Amino acid sequence: MTRIAGGLIDRSRTLTFTFDGQSFQGHPGDTLASALLAADVRLMGRSFKYHRPRGVLTSGSEEPNALVEVRTGGRQEPNTRATVQEVFEGLTARSQNRWPSLSFDALGINDRLNSFFAAGFYYKTFMWPAKFWEKLYEPIIRRAAGLGALTREADPDAYDKGFLHADLLVVGAGPAGLMAALTAGRAGLRVILADEDFLLGGRLNAESLAVGEQGSADWARSAAAELAALPTVRLMPRTTVFGVFDHGIYGAVERVSDHLPAPVQGQVRQTLWRIYAPQAIMATGAIERPIAFDNNDRPGVMLAGALRAYANRWAVVPGQRVAVFANNDDGLRTAVDLQAKGVDVVAVIDSREGGALLPGIRHLRGASVVDTSGRLGLTGITVEHRGRRETLAVDALGVSGGWNPNLGLMQQHRARPDWSDEIAAFVPARGPKGLVAVGAAAGVFSTHGALRTGAEAARAAAEALGRQAPYALPKAEDAPYRIAPLWAVKGASRAWVDQQNDVTVKDVKLAHQEAFSDVEHLKRYTTLGMATDQGKTGNLLGAAIMAELTGQSIEATGQTTYRPPFTPVSLGALGGRSKGRDFKPFRLTPSHHWAKSQGAVFVEVGMWLRTQWLPKAGETEWRQSVDREVLATRASVGICDVTTLGKIDVQGTDAAAFLDRVYANNFASLAIGKCRYGLMLREDGMVYDDGTTARLGPNEYVMTTTTANAVLVFRNLEYARQVLWPDLDVQIISTTEAWAQYSVAGPNARKLLQKLVDQDISDAGLPYMGCAEITIGGLRARLFRISFSGELAYEIAVPARYGDGLIRALVAAGEEFGAVVYGTEALGVMRVEKGHVAGNELNGTSTALNMGLGKMVSRKKEAIGVTLSGREALVAEDGLRLVGVKPVNPADAMKAGSHFLKIGAAPTVENDDGWLTSLVYSPHLGHYIALGYLRDGARRMGEKIRVVNLLAGTEIMAEIVSPHFIDPQGERLRG
Amino acid sequence: MRYSGWRIIKEALTGHKGWGPVWRDPAPKSEYDYIIVGGGGHGLATAYYLAKQFRQARIAVLEKSYLGSGNVGRNTTIIRSNYLLPGNEPFYEFSLKLWEGLEQDFNYNAMVSQRGIVNLIHTDAARDAATRRGNAMILNGADAVLLDREGVRAMYPWLNFDDARFPIKGGLLQKRGGTVRHDAVAWGYARGADLAGVDLIQNCEVTGMRIENGRILGVETSRGYIGAKKVGVAVAGSSGRVMAHAGMRLPIESHVLQAFVSEGLKPLIDGVITFGAGHFYVSQSDKGGLVFGGDIDGYNSYAQRGNLPVIEDVAEGGMALMPAIGRARLLRAWGGIMDMSMDGSPIIDKTPIEGLYFNGGWCYGGFKATPASGWCFAHLLATDTPHPTATAYRFDRFLKGAMIDEKGQGAQPNLH
Amino acid sequence: MLIPHPLLGPRDAQEFVYLGDAALIDRPDGADIPTMHDYLYLRDNPAGEHRELWYHEQGDRSWLVVTRNTVTHEILKVELARDVARAKGRSK
Repeated sequence: MTRIAGGLIDRSRTLTFTFDGQSFQGHPGDTLASALLAADVRLMGRSFKYHRPRGVLTSGSEEPNALVEVRTGGRQEPNTRATVQEVFEGLTARSQNRWPSLSFDALGINDRLNSFFAAGFYYKTFMWPAKFWEKLYEPIIRRAAGLGALTREADPDAYDKGFLHADLLVVGAGPAGLMAALTAGRAGLRVILADEDFLLGGRLNAESLAVGEQGSADWARSAAAELAALPTVRLMPRTTVFGVFDHGIYGAVERVSDHLPAPVQGQVRQTLWRIYAPQAIMATGAIERPIAFDNNDRPGVMLAGALRAYANRWAVVPGQRVAVFANNDDGLRTAVDLQAKGVDVVAVIDSREGGALLPGIRHLRGASVVDTSGRLGLTGITVEHRGRRETLAVDALGVSGGWNPNLGLMQQHRARPDWSDEIAAFVPARGPKGLVAVGAAAGVFSTHGALRTGAEAARAAAEALGRQAPYALPKAEDAPYRIAPLWAVKGASRAWVDQQNDVTVKDVKLAHQEAFSDVEHLKRYTTLGMATDQGKTGNLLGAAIMAELTGQSIEATGQTTYRPPFTPVSLGALGGRSKGRDFKPFRLTPSHHWAKSQGAVFVEVGMWLRTQWLPKAGETEWRQSVDREVLATRASVGICDVTTLGKIDVQGTDAAAFLDRVYANNFASLAIGKCRYGLMLREDGMVYDDGTTARLGPNEYVMTTTTANAVLVFRNLEYARQVLWPDLDVQIISTTEAWAQYSVAGPNARKLLQKLVDQDISDAGLPYMGCAEITIGGLRARLFRISFSGELAYEIAVPARYGDGLIRALVAAGEEFGAVVYGTEALGVMRVEKGHVAGNELNGTSTALNMGLGKMVSRKKEAIGVTLSGREALVAEDGLRLVGVKPVNPADAMKAGSHFLKIGAAPTVENDDGWLTSLVYSPHLGHYIALGYLRDGARRMGEKIRVVNLLAGTEIMAEIVSPHFIDPQGERLRG
Repeated sequence: MRYSGWRIIKEALTGHKGWGPVWRDPAPKSEYDYIIVGGGGHGLATAYYLAKQFRQARIAVLEKSYLGSGNVGRNTTIIRSNYLLPGNEPFYEFSLKLWEGLEQDFNYNAMVSQRGIVNLIHTDAARDAATRRGNAMILNGADAVLLDREGVRAMYPWLNFDDARFPIKGGLLQKRGGTVRHDAVAWGYARGADLAGVDLIQNCEVTGMRIENGRILGVETSRGYIGAKKVGVAVAGSSGRVMAHAGMRLPIESHVLQAFVSEGLKPLIDGVITFGAGHFYVSQSDKGGLVFGGDIDGYNSYAQRGNLPVIEDVAEGGMALMPAIGRARLLRAWGGIMDMSMDGSPIIDKTPIEGLYFNGGWCYGGFKATPASGWCFAHLLATDTPHPTATAYRFDRFLKGAMIDEKGQGAQPNLH
Repeated sequence: MLIPHPLLGPRDAQEFVYLGDAALIDRPDGADIPTMHDYLYLRDNPAGEHRELWYHEQGDRSWLVVTRNTVTHEILKVELARDVARAKGRSK
């Protein structure tokens, strides 16, 4: 055990967990990484390409190496950073991307063969023979690639989404963020303070500094306590703000239960928050970067700040003999802190010349680490100092190449950051509106600077709201940060730039040699920065090495684009409650529950559930039910729920003129008490929708639309009346949900209805295409004598709350006639028998002419779509026409979607004569019938044609007929 | 230099000193026979075929940023030819056939991988539509298989078959569909074009066009004026901006499409799955990342970044279809600018200005079209006649009413 | 995105449906095919300020004209489309 004294862990409790099957112990406050380090486990993973042994590089979410699978079954979670996973009782973690074991990984052979696997090697080979790619090469590559695994079991946990509003969002609870939140919170602003860590304080928890009269971690705890007590402040630990979106909207994910064995009953695993904040402060700190030197990737080599954090926060020193390699002052702190804790600091290798020597430590200036040793963990380093090489036996090395302000959120809107020579890093230039960076995220590295800039930004945020926010800063160090950039130490072997993806300095050089010098080319060619850490530690290093090669400045070389999310976000959280049937809502009609109780089979139409058919006892095949429903309707009477059709009330003195503009056919002449079939075009002349519109009064109409287009038609009507003709006196409202509506169709329809309706509905009282406002037992209702089935038919509408009652009343009244309730399938059969178009024909690319409804388009008035429906290709005489299709042999079954070919024509696109749109079995006729769009169809009546389904290898000989299979003269519906 | 496995071994043993630049970095000449504006996939492919197939010379590609910096560098890598309409399907099938021989042709492994694409079916009407489409594909010489529910289950048994809002009833499978390593397409064409003598000029933005008496003479660029006998524009999302230099308004809007990749995972999804009802499609890259996407954000944009609602919408579709991916993490979201046309189909045509040609309107389907787009545009530039598979891609189809509207959505680009 | 609705204040863009360029207001009623073609199909498609039509479908059903920068997404102005249409002389 390498636990030392101190730290922010709760030693009073012990938690047992496993890693690769072996049992370990940790304490509350531990991460998986700290607990493993405390147990002297340095080897935690393997790299992506070369399968190099790896340990932790960092102590935070930027970790590229220590990725593990945690949990099992549907909860198995790949690629979790050991550096952020909190230890809990029973945690199971496994190393990944290795076989058969972490310490012996067969694909470690790749490391030996590394010279064959240089950057981009796969673009230059594996091309012959062509078929071998999918059969041989790629399967091998795919199996070898990837990191952790999913089990393919469904994730059993729940996720949620929430919305939060604040005056000020503070991201990051280090010194700058805490001070910003305190300043704004004390002034009464509504503040959200979010931090990805479970413990607020940021680097304050990782340092041995003082703030005010307290140690830095204690001050952080006090500040968090005060914030928790402020009424307008919401603290959100374990919450990563991952994205900056337009107009002050931030995406954040809260890990509600990831520190627990399983979510507590009724709790979610994670919550996705959408935070609306007109002002936000980025106090996201800085990320330390490594230095490239030969074999700088061995377990035991870590960033100096991480080494210090493990010692100060987690009371862990991952080695007995420690060295530090740095090019800046901050790195030296690690040596000082560790020595103060009694750790054997073997040497400090400082690449800079000059400056004060650290007391009591072997401080080599102008020195560098040129190589390391140790197969599964660091055993020694080779140091070059004043031209001499020396090997030091160490088992931990802290490396600091400097600190990069964490720009991950600031630059998501793609503005280029500025370069600062002073800190040798990019600093945020101009972020999205309302967003400012403070503290280390702005390149201000001292604790005092962080507190000051945090407070100042909060005061400015308050002032923008007309509020005062005075502040007093606690005393804190304000030490200068001096850095002399050193990116890569010259070497003969391999020096890692991107540790996870195994991109070395040599790869950067090769990219340059091959003209992939642009940082974007460098990234894409070498995969630099494309790993799970998105190059948080390695990207600038790679750009700097490229800059040295091209002779350009780093600023001119630039960086690749920062994109959301800042750190990876689980798809479960982004999906929220969208699981199974909850993916999208269903819409239910007022008589849905009645239909369900009758055993109806439902089908979805435009989110509505409609009765598809309603089986009777003994019916085993759907066709039995549908045939029965059709035959009974045509023989006597059938009832169908048509509530889902769109219903729009149109009122106003200009209502008639308005309808005349939105329908292609004439509506001005429609008499009160009459209905008319209307054809609605899109402005491009295609048929958009159809339905009947009834005139109930001088200035009052009821329009119906198809179920699928109800919302769209309403939107277009609003557009026409608000935007195109804003002074028309017309008001519209959607009443689709306000009325329950039933079709009653068949020879006995009138007899049935007359039993319920208070008024006279004889043919004289309500002729074909008539409509009336009526009453049923005194309740108001609407009655339309319209027919989709071709039978004597009515649609009766009652306020939605009476829908359930009405269906029961209709069924009861129909009993003496043997009335059936029919569903959408029977409806479909009857409409095909009548040659009416529906969804499969209203496909958005068909004109009225195609549908055989060309005469309905009035050229005598101005209406949407009429002009462009006259374009030459749309009025071609030999264009597609709607036809009826029946098999020559009545026993033959055709297939919808089949194409038409002339007899003897080869199956080529040139011979493609159209396709079969809708197919039904007509129990009335005793064979299948269909509608289709046929090239030059109007002139091909009686022609024999092949209905070909190449997918199934079948073809049926059919005859082209009129689409009106039943009662072409319409005598039944006028009965 | 020819690439091969032997060459790799030789270089590996000699320190990789022999690899030369994949392309030169030439200064622009004062005049070319052909200038291709846009060094993305389509522009580079055009230059490549113009030089190699149509034996033309004095060709330059002008790219305002780095080669392949447009949509060829930020798409979801899918290739397929499962189109419906006669204006489209022959072209996309031509493209798929070119993909099949591409790597050997340009001597670059772009990892063309025909692991199959399946479009899921959830309703009877969708099955009818898939039947119509599958038949259209076969009539055009493409391959198509209609799967039933069990056929889909055999391929992807862990999809949500039992408790789905949109139950899977089958799928339309194109086995020859698949994915390609997108950046490598740009590099392969660029390398091939460069070897054929094409000047690839990066960081060279076209800022104007010199047009006299209805004829183009050349282009003004950030690196000076460059004369040309013919100018072909292939700039995708920047079409409106570039063609405005010629005073043209286009039947195109620029919209942002986001795309996504997860952290690397061990193999999970072999081919491409399209879940149209859930606005979600996904494949898995050879590196292991799930590559997925959905709808465009829906508003005009040149920002190359999108907003959260679409990210959530896509993830919701993914979770509804594949509840096993809840524990995988989104690694990166990005946005590209799509040249969304008025009928969802592209334009490869002459313009009213003599010597100026246009290639655009690819919506979010341009990647799979890259080889055929380049070939057909080169054909048009070299011969002044459209390639037989691209005769429908004309500007005047809107005036004549000959739209190629696969989705039937009409003149609203964000619905295509 | 947030759209500052002239009547309702800031509303999430998710409540809206997008149509496109506000030039679609200028419908050439009764025009011939070429004129109607230009109106329906051709766009300026600017990189920069863009006046565009949004519909508050999950709200008050107002059609709005939003002036928005297509490069930065910044919204500069929002008006009721009806007011804009009337100002352009559209009436009945």
